[in-house]
Amino acid sequence: MSGISPMIGAGIASGVQVVAVGVGGPMLVGAMRKVRCRLEGRVGPPILQPLVDIRKLFRKQRLRPDQATWIFPLAPVALVATVAVAAVITPLATTRPALGSGSDLFVLVYLLSVGSALLELEGLDAGTAFGGMGSSRAVTIGALAEPALLVTILALSATAHSSNLPAIVRATLGDPGSVATPQRLFALGSLLIVIVAESGRLPVDNPATHLELTMVHEAMILEYAGPDLALVTVGEAMRLTLLLGVFVNLVAPWGVATTTHVSAIAIGLGALGAKVAVVGVVLAVFEVSMAKVRLFRIPELLAGAFVLALLGVVSGLVVR
Amino acid sequence: MTDGTLIVAGAALGLGAGVSGAALPRRFRVTAAATLVWGACALEAAAAVHVLATGHPIVLRSAELLPFTGVDLVLNPLGALFVLLVAIVAVPATLHGIGYAQHGSATRSATCVFPIFVTTLLLVPSAGSVATFMVLWELMALTSLVLVLVDHGRSQAAQSAAAWYAVFTQGGAALILVGLLVLAAHANGQSFAAIAHHARHLAPAVRGLVFVVVLVGFGSKAGVVPFHVWLPKAHPEAPSPVSALMSGAMVALGVYGIVLVGDDLLGGGPVWWWLVVLGLGGASALFGSLHAASSTDLKRLLAYSTTDNIGLALLALGASGLFEATRHPLLASLGLVAALVLVLNHAAFKGALFLSAGSVQVATGTRDLDQLGGLLRRMPQTGALFLVAAAAITALPPLNGFIGEWLLFQALLHGAASGNTASDIAVPLAVAAMALTAGLTVVAFVKAVGIGFLGRPRSEAADGAVEVPITMRLAVGLLVGACIVLGVIPTLVFPAVERAVKTALPGVGTALLAHGVDVQLVGLRGVLAPATLAGTMTVAVLVVLMLRRVLAHQPAPRVVEAWGCGRQLQTARMQYTATSFAEPVQRVFDDVLRPVQDLDVSHVAESRYYIEAATFHNAVDDGIERGLYRPVIGAVRRWGQAARALQPGSVHRYLGYGLGALVLMLAALAMIA
Repeated sequence: MSGISPMIGAGIASGVQVVAVGVGGPMLVGAMRKVRCRLEGRVGPPILQPLVDIRKLFRKQRLRPDQATWIFPLAPVALVATVAVAAVITPLATTRPALGSGSDLFVLVYLLSVGSALLELEGLDAGTAFGGMGSSRAVTIGALAEPALLVTILALSATAHSSNLPAIVRATLGDPGSVATPQRLFALGSLLIVIVAESGRLPVDNPATHLELTMVHEAMILEYAGPDLALVTVGEAMRLTLLLGVFVNLVAPWGVATTTHVSAIAIGLGALGAKVAVVGVVLAVFEVSMAKVRLFRIPELLAGAFVLALLGVVSGLVVR
Repeated sequence: MTDGTLIVAGAALGLGAGVSGAALPRRFRVTAAATLVWGACALEAAAAVHVLATGHPIVLRSAELLPFTGVDLVLNPLGALFVLLVAIVAVPATLHGIGYAQHGSATRSATCVFPIFVTTLLLVPSAGSVATFMVLWELMALTSLVLVLVDHGRSQAAQSAAAWYAVFTQGGAALILVGLLVLAAHANGQSFAAIAHHARHLAPAVRGLVFVVVLVGFGSKAGVVPFHVWLPKAHPEAPSPVSALMSGAMVALGVYGIVLVGDDLLGGGPVWWWLVVLGLGGASALFGSLHAASSTDLKRLLAYSTTDNIGLALLALGASGLFEATRHPLLASLGLVAALVLVLNHAAFKGALFLSAGSVQVATGTRDLDQLGGLLRRMPQTGALFLVAAAAITALPPLNGFIGEWLLFQALLHGAASGNTASDIAVPLAVAAMALTAGLTVVAFVKAVGIGFLGRPRSEAADGAVEVPITMRLAVGLLVGACIVLGVIPTLVFPAVERAVKTALPGVGTALLAHGVDVQLVGLRGVLAPATLAGTMTVAVLVVLMLRRVLAHQPAPRVVEAWGCGRQLQTARMQYTATSFAEPVQRVFDDVLRPVQDLDVSHVAESRYYIEAATFHNAVDDGIERGLYRPVIGAVRRWGQAARALQPGSVHRYLGYGLGALVLMLAALAMIA
């Protein structure tokens, strides 16, 4: 298939990425749940359970709280749509996704924040105590995660002299040693903490809880039911997968396709799935061994991430 | 019509607007003044566009208009960009004012002074000499002061706000005057061209002193920490079209002043100047966004957010100067581009936000977020416009706020590798400050939209709100349209920004290339495709909408009561308020915010285990005002009280003072001689 034009090839590759993230996301969540359950001595639901749940939710009726505005039905759509756009432009299975020239780490962060911001607004839309509580906590965590996130990007961009994500991945492929520099290691440590915080996993938020005093994300989306809830669930799973996909391609980009050749993309997809699954399992094991921290201890965790990122930048300057 | 005549005719129209606002009968004066103001804006903007298109400055001189010095007008591309900025805010603000005037504040003084304020705003960037600049600057300060006081009859706070504003604007103007006079004295001439020519040969200490003095002067106008305390007082009290102009345009002229003196007149400076600018910018951004996140008054929130946005612009400006001082001209021009784009974008979204806050105030009579709620259902268009403007200020793509932040981040990112100790330390901290600011801005504006426009109304006034007249919605719509256009096709204004940057940093290659619709940095690796991004996002939203329609078995939603833990009939008091929404942030940053909290519990007489009543009071006041200015004001007051002892009312004693002073002066003169 070498006769295929690069533009179309990139388009196909990006489409594959979106589908992979869309279907793989719920599966990743299922796998992480399975690992948790087995470690806790339970059998646990099948890995495909989240997909089944989503299908079930789509069959239910949509509910709209009486005070809600058009933001309420828009937020889940915007969440899924922005994550999908991010999956189009991010180098996950290939370093040459469609529109890859505009695929910037900075753009990625702000693109994902569109969905978060709308969900946070939606929390206030129904006029209940729970929604407000959830969005108030979510914006606080988001605000505190931001410095760590952008300084991490600064540290990661140093190798390629650009925050363009495909360029960073390609630069890492060309210079494998750059993965093990203190700069990169510190930055990736920080990035992992931020990913955990942004996707509402333990120890920042417990996705399995419905205890009002502790929940963050679940409180915010409490009013959703049926297809809207299905979209939120898919969107959150996709976001986790996407962020972990970016993470693994920064840690160990090997296997990712550098061309738009079909076989290369297939290998890239397989490698991506394997790497994300490994990181997901590690995160799940990690989650079993720890409890959710108090809301007002989260700033300390994120400050730690920020210090790591800053160390990354500084060590880059020292080593230079 | 020649280009110079455009400026003169614009100024004449503006003054004519002022006269007609004062002289015409009540029925016509608002519309007549507004029409003439639009004319003035159109003519000045035409002159500015001409300058930006050709790159040749317009020079005008009239020796007769001002005694001793004459009037010098030089409109170069840098100034022209700011003239355009003022016009972008002034046209919608005037339109909004027509509707706003029907709800009071259409006094004769307001309709007379407002056009003059707009005219001076339009003319300040074309001043070409110290005298002209100071006259226009003072006129701008005085007219805006009058406009802050328009509602003084209704609110005690307006009087206090005006007093604070007067002190800062006059103190700032005095400092600017001192700085410019020192330069003029050394240059042996007061035109900016002469000053720029001679300033390079000044002693470094003099240059540094002038820069710091002028920075403080312009910083007090731009609302930079710690000279920002007038902003959260004056912006809420002024009528909304005036607050929009003050916050969108006048504050931007403070940034213009810093660029004018720092880059244009002094031709750049050593690293420490720009580290000071960077520090002030970072402090302003953080302090402003933190207070915006914890404010409950909508316009106070917007005022603090102005400090935050100007702080970001100064961050870019400081980085630009820093890179220039360390001989990285490409990065320097990128930083300046970022600063100008940030200020331009700020004018668009902050203008829209202040005008919609005015619409809310007209519709509900309050700007206290804890009294609002549910406005998106009652004022659908104003609410939607406010939402888009809020999304723009929180830098969500594909709106204009995002472009500015991206440019700032790119400038800092590439500067991080420039290999200089000062920038090595400053750049990561600047990125961190910028990031935390961005996060806190999300808190502030999710709160402003979520508490103010969503949920249940928290007061009868909010419950009974109806949509404002079409003129007011149209005015906000124009600015929101600008936010969208500047976000999707930012390359539309980049040629103009590049011209302006070349004026301020001559001899520096420009970093930006308007590469079709993409933003591409030249000589650096960085591409942004805003139009493609916007298109992809739209397509994605449509596809997901369609998927939901196809996959859902019952697409039409059923309207139900929201879940209240089994409690039936929820009330508005169950919701989160602006105060409780910001509580986590306030608690995390309580060392900085230092909220004043007071819990008063009274127990039942029979048993201390039962509570009869509890009142909780929580207030976040400005720490800098409390710690820095209140003690000074207290000391002056005490000093004044002490000085009263000198004035017993006895004429003999006063004559004695006169004699004593005369003797002392003669003695001093004799000693000097």
